[in-house]
Amino acid sequence: MEFEVQAMFKSFPFLLEGMKWTIYFTVTGLILGFAIGVIIGFGRTAKNKLLFSAATVYVEIIRGTPILVQAIWIYYALPELLGFNLNEFMAGTAAIAINSGAYIAEVVRGAIQGVPKGQREAGRSLGLNHFQTMRYIIWPQAFKRMIPPLGNQFIISLKDTSLFSVIGAAEMTLKATVVVAANFSYLEVYSLLALMYLSLTIPLTIALRSLERRLDVS
Amino acid sequence: MNIIQVTDLHKSFGDLEVLKGITEEIKEGEVVCVIGPSGSGKSTFLRCLNMLEEITAGEVLVDGFNLIDPKIDINEVRAETGMVFQHFNLFPHMTALENVMLAPAKVRGISKEEAKTAGLAMLEKVGLSDKAYVYPDNLSGGQKQRVAIARALAMNPKVMLFDEPTSALDPELVGEVLEVMKDLAKEGMTMVVVTHEMGFAREVGDRVLFMDEGIIVEQDLPEKLFSDPKNDRTKEFLRKIL
Ligand SMILES: Nc1ncnc2c1ncn2[C@@H]1O[C@H](COP(=O)(O)OP(=O)(O)O)[C@@H](O)[C@H]1O
Ligand SMILES: [Mg+2]
Repeated sequence: MEFEVQAMFKSFPFLLEGMKWTIYFTVTGLILGFAIGVIIGFGRTAKNKLLFSAATVYVEIIRGTPILVQAIWIYYALPELLGFNLNEFMAGTAAIAINSGAYIAEVVRGAIQGVPKGQREAGRSLGLNHFQTMRYIIWPQAFKRMIPPLGNQFIISLKDTSLFSVIGAAEMTLKATVVVAANFSYLEVYSLLALMYLSLTIPLTIALRSLERRLDVS
Repeated sequence: MNIIQVTDLHKSFGDLEVLKGITEEIKEGEVVCVIGPSGSGKSTFLRCLNMLEEITAGEVLVDGFNLIDPKIDINEVRAETGMVFQHFNLFPHMTALENVMLAPAKVRGISKEEAKTAGLAMLEKVGLSDKAYVYPDNLSGGQKQRVAIARALAMNPKVMLFDEPTSALDPELVGEVLEVMKDLAKEGMTMVVVTHEMGFAREVGDRVLFMDEGIIVEQDLPEKLFSDPKNDRTKEFLRKIL
């Protein structure tokens, strides 16, 4: 067996190009996913049966199907319903948004329900209405509890983007397979690929742990 | 004038009937202490007075508002009734002063500056001017409860409801909270106090209600109820607790 460091260096710029898209999918997808998660998460805490059921159906459908299936469904099947095509970047972003939205919804629900009941009662007993109590008392405390699981979701979604090679999105993993098809340096290129994912996830994990300590949420 | 008028109040949680017909009048400026064994419905009674619990049947009038009338603005009524909880329920993400300022600013709509001035005055009243910028986590239990009292008072309520305000405190911290409550009583605040502090009830209370199994079994002037209870259940409870 021969390990050609040379091949790693040569393929690095290509993979770096793909990393931009990996980050793009993760960041834009999660921003949208957070918006979805907050809306669906509130739905999951709603007293209104219809809102609650709709939110629950969403969460169960998304959590019950693989993100790979969601991505190919959005890219290949959804256009037949919509009547127009989505490019691979739109489809990838949508897949992360819709998928993370379901998981973030559960994070939001758990964080809101985790705020002690006495906090709501104290707010209401002072004459604050439901919305004010949520806005000034529950949400700030819930948000703090959401930060660690949101960080975890960021890492999960980042790794999920590697599946978008199936819809031809030029993220890091697809780039690696393209390079390998040309130079056959499987060991070097795929090792580099793994290292490049780690170069993103390890700093994130460390930052997250220190943030958790500073926020003092366990 | 009766600031609180309760007529045949019933409250159930599912099949469990917790309040079984309570009729009671509380006059403006009165200090009424509620005693009774655990589980007898004291907290539930108090919580019905500001609609933290939905009323199952009967009628509750607070400051002329009929709580079961769906047309009233319940937030308006709650703004007139301060509530102090056993476990303080301070907002942990806000300083003592912010805790006190929140409702006046958001519910009454007064300016931040006004709310701050009033908030500092309230903290001074409970002896905590020096803790204005401290977070609840860094306050003792007694200090937390005094902030909670200041927070309720900042709304200028007409009635103050206390649900075992000293039960969660270390014994050496009970006194400072009771002092604040005594001062309030002296100023003429209408107070309904669920408490196990018989000394407080005797000294400050105008009346004591003894509750058991969802009804008011007996009520009287404190000295009378404590020295000469009529009902057997009252006698037994007092024998255990005194
Ligand atoms: N939210 C609730 N749901 C069901 N049961 C309740 C609830 N709150 C109180 N109870 C029940 O009502 C009874 C009276 O409770 P409570 O008013 O807290 O009594 P006290 O304050 O006198 O100890 C108890 O049996 C308690 O378990
Ligand atoms: Mg109680």
